[in-house]
Amino acid sequence: MPSELNKLTIAEAAARLRKRDISARELTRDCLDRIAAIDRKLNAFITVCDTDALAQADAADKRLASGDAPALCGIPLGIKDIYATAGVRTTCASRILENFVPPFDATVIERLRADGAVFVGKTNMDEFAMGSSTENSAFGPTLNPHDLSRVAGGSSGGSAAAVAAHECLGALGTDTGGSIREPASFCGVVGIKPTYSRVSRYGVVAYASSLDQVGPFAKSVRDAAIILRTLAGVDPRDSTCSARAVPDYAAALTGDAKGLRIGVPREYFVEGMQPEVEQSIRAALKNFQSLGASLVDISLPHTGYAIAAYYLVATAEASANLARYDGIRYGLRVGADDHIALYQSTRAKGFGAEVKRRIMLGTFALSAGYYDAYYLKGQKVRTLIRNDFERAFEKCDLIVTPVAPTTAFKLGEKTADPLTMYLSDIFTISVNLAGLPGMSIPVGYDANNLPIGMQLIGPPFSEETILRAGDAWERAGALKPRQPAI
Amino acid sequence: MAESKITLEQVRHVALLARLELTPAEEERMRADMAEMLDYVDKLAELDTANVAPTAQVGEAGTPMRDDERTNPPAAEAMLANAPSRDRNYFKVPKIIE
Repeated sequence: MPSELNKLTIAEAAARLRKRDISARELTRDCLDRIAAIDRKLNAFITVCDTDALAQADAADKRLASGDAPALCGIPLGIKDIYATAGVRTTCASRILENFVPPFDATVIERLRADGAVFVGKTNMDEFAMGSSTENSAFGPTLNPHDLSRVAGGSSGGSAAAVAAHECLGALGTDTGGSIREPASFCGVVGIKPTYSRVSRYGVVAYASSLDQVGPFAKSVRDAAIILRTLAGVDPRDSTCSARAVPDYAAALTGDAKGLRIGVPREYFVEGMQPEVEQSIRAALKNFQSLGASLVDISLPHTGYAIAAYYLVATAEASANLARYDGIRYGLRVGADDHIALYQSTRAKGFGAEVKRRIMLGTFALSAGYYDAYYLKGQKVRTLIRNDFERAFEKCDLIVTPVAPTTAFKLGEKTADPLTMYLSDIFTISVNLAGLPGMSIPVGYDANNLPIGMQLIGPPFSEETILRAGDAWERAGALKPRQPAI
Repeated sequence: MAESKITLEQVRHVALLARLELTPAEEERMRADMAEMLDYVDKLAELDTANVAPTAQVGEAGTPMRDDERTNPPAAEAMLANAPSRDRNYFKVPKIIE
């Protein structure tokens, strides 16, 4: 009988590690064994770090033995392959960075290392975080652990699938338009996109800098709160990073949702939504009422414009950010006699179709004669979307919506038409445009046993409120979690 | 569909600006995909934004300042370790000036 320590939550594992009832090495070994057993099917990892992980686990065991170890000491985590990890290749799921080994750690990696966390590997993703299904990875798609014919969501699909399938106890993702929340919803795990500026972006490969944010995946709200506390906080190397004090998020989880005013935006319950998704969210709202929260009807009138605004702002920023991949200092180089041809052929071979599409759209939106009509217009509509939320939060403490209009879709179902894929982010994208914190928690299953996620959105820096609400809902026990088929 | 919002000529011009080499098949596909997206984003024209200020950043106001001090020591070997082509402590590139 295998010990299956990999199935523990972070809170459970941390308690047992402290009692020396289990060791970090045993815990890490179980995760690595699980990866070895299933990841050829799942494809959640691009790089597995067996040797490093066991060395980190041994170091953690020493610290645990001496007492006074931080919360994440000895906890095996998956790291999205968008984070610079010193000495471990960081591909961003792109051919252009296939052999790139960063000489430095991202700030959040440094923080996790200081805590004694164990990194089991680098997880799969859509190339440069551009996508909603992880089908845009140069290393092949990640499959959904609940149904291998379906996508894991994206762009952080590898991290979501790895946590759902117990290949690690928690993971890091990034979220620019829903890239943590949508895969969390599709895989049935918890995922948080914090307030913009709450967590440092230093060492995170940039996609759209005014929207990108770092966040955790976990098996419970409490676990996500524990990871977030380590990630958050000021960083002199990211000038956008907030200097606000970081609360002890886990301490905010009182189990009490009494008196919370929950806004329900009418624009988020629309035609074309999978009926089971709406039913699940409505039922979850009823649970909140029985916990003593009240529901408030609200309107976010510019919701229908969010995807259009996003694809102007995000692609414009991406076209500038990705200009650095030129084949000169690092990454792929495809040789040519003159420098312009070298850039062109390197980028032609190095980037996949979706990345090229977004660079092209963004370059166009910024080009002479089109800037005002496209990029500037997108930025102005961004203001309207932000104002919608500001007004709504005058009437409520948090907003609850579905994470996505459907559960996990089939592989290949949306790859033919980019716009169809973009529309799967309709409920998450506004949150990035407004810079708000948003969390996805599993609240139900459809008839095919596929997880359904609920999104909790709060005003800037209200992570404690949405975590408290999510934890109270989770603890009330309305959902009996189902283990993935794999 | 109405007249396409973008021509093949424009696609080629934007590809040059973006330093992307596209095959003829990619150019045609790109034209179709970009035309579809530009049609879609046209819905923003429904909104009167004449008196709306653009949002470029949603973070906290102000720019943090710090002393101009060196915080990382020179690390030429680490910086050059990923170079696709190098010669001693230099990145090697095609000749630019005749």
